[in-house]
Amino acid sequence: MSDKLINATNLKKSFDQFIAVDDIDLSVSRGEVVGFLGPNGAGKSTTMKMLTGFLEPDNGEIFINNINLKSDPLKAKEYIGYLPEGAPSYSDMIVEDFLSFIGKMRGLNNNSLSNRLEEMANQINLKEMWNRPIETLSKGFKRRVGIAQALIHDPDILILDEPTDGLDPNQKHEMRNLIKRISTNKAIVISTHILEEVEAVCSRAVIIANGKLLANDTPKNLENKFLNKNTVSIKVSSKINNVISKEIKSLLKYDDVKIQKTDISTHTILVSDNQKNPNLNTVLKQINKLKLDVIEANFQKVSLEEIFRTITSDNNSK
Amino acid sequence: MNNYLNKTYIILDRELKGYFRTPLASIFLLVFLALSSGMTFFLGRFFERDQADLTAFFSWHPWLFLVLMPAIGMRLWAEERRSGTIELLITLPVTNTQLVVGKFLASWIFTLIALILTMPIWITVNYLGEPDNHVILISYFGSWLMAGAFLALTSCLSALTKNQVIAFIISSISGFVLIMAGFNLVLSAVRSWSPNWITETISSMSFLSHFSRIQMGVFDLSTLVFFISMIILCLWINVQLVQVKKAD
Repeated sequence: MSDKLINATNLKKSFDQFIAVDDIDLSVSRGEVVGFLGPNGAGKSTTMKMLTGFLEPDNGEIFINNINLKSDPLKAKEYIGYLPEGAPSYSDMIVEDFLSFIGKMRGLNNNSLSNRLEEMANQINLKEMWNRPIETLSKGFKRRVGIAQALIHDPDILILDEPTDGLDPNQKHEMRNLIKRISTNKAIVISTHILEEVEAVCSRAVIIANGKLLANDTPKNLENKFLNKNTVSIKVSSKINNVISKEIKSLLKYDDVKIQKTDISTHTILVSDNQKNPNLNTVLKQINKLKLDVIEANFQKVSLEEIFRTITSDNNSK
Repeated sequence: MNNYLNKTYIILDRELKGYFRTPLASIFLLVFLALSSGMTFFLGRFFERDQADLTAFFSWHPWLFLVLMPAIGMRLWAEERRSGTIELLITLPVTNTQLVVGKFLASWIFTLIALILTMPIWITVNYLGEPDNHVILISYFGSWLMAGAFLALTSCLSALTKNQVIAFIISSISGFVLIMAGFNLVLSAVRSWSPNWITETISSMSFLSHFSRIQMGVFDLSTLVFFISMIILCLWINVQLVQVKKAD
């Protein structure tokens, strides 16, 4: 028995000639929040649709809480809460009726249903909209209703396809806090192309492009893999000729030292290393020996966005 | 089994209430009542016929259903696919058969409500004369059964498209073909070049031939089997279509 709540191997899905998902493995354990990243059309939604049993993979197997999704789909689906892309719902129903319909279909009895409805109203702040038809709600509230229907049966697994898409910054912040709050005892998969979201809530980032899995690691480890992108940047107003340039490079014991002309009177020295982070103090001390006029100095840590761009553009160029 | 039926009932309940959440139900019921009585009194010449029966009422039902059943059933699957809610439904722990049957039953029960609302005409004819109530009851049942076949056909075809108007048109055309199959005009055209059994088969597929026997008070097993198997066949194809077309 595996403690992985989601365990998918060799997933493949094509639509006619187009390969949407190409041999993807994915496993998620309880307590993990996996950020599913990729450009538009990368195969994120298709993968999620397969994990929830909406689409059948052409190849590969999916186990949900050790239950084979193909051979026992009804049992496996009981463990999953799913927010499809765009948070579809029956717009003519009022919020309470819609959530209670989903709750009943999820097998909740009257008692537990009324408890869960109350919890949802409080936890997801839906109280004021409780008796309003869904079609009259704002985008933010519609999204909350979508989250509430996914959570109504308190599932072990939560699969959210772009849960913060179209929300304003405050609503995004709220949604992320909610995901963090509920993440302790669930396995959560969130697809997004907003990288700050992954940094804010995810314990693991999975990057896919053109249907292929390109990276699967914690945000921290991904950053470590791209150490050479961490850069010390020093802006100087002195003139740098070839001689000084050579001196700088010989003084700084790092793998990569670049000197760029920023404008007529300033140059920028960029220092990075494949093995370690360049130290700002050390670099400044060395530069001072050359009596250069430093006007700006900082350490730039690689962003997940840069990692994402590097990984996905490498894949495209291949 | 209990759980299986329970989920089907929850789907049915939501769908049936759905008709009444919008003005659709009241508009439909009004149109149905207006058209059915209009056809009975003006086209069917109910009073001029001077007979205590409801032939003038029931004989227009196939034509009425040809337009009204697609109007009820066109949204069943087309709307789910258009709005994306099909993704919610299919990822619930429920089979496609439960979904299809639950939705179909809701529309069929809605039609039953519409038929029950025409009961005053039954009362009227009893007030005016002494009709054969046995025939009328059988005709009501037959009419409801035929409506079921129209609805199953519409439900099945509405899974083919995301557009309700297209679902309406293809359902009406298919229904028209199934009615016309019993017409002498069609049958004699076929009879001239084909063996007898083909003509017989085409005639036996006709809603009209089965329903006209019912109207005469003849309710044989073949008619019951015809309509029920038509419903089951359409719903079975409906389940397959939902499976194939869900992600298009």
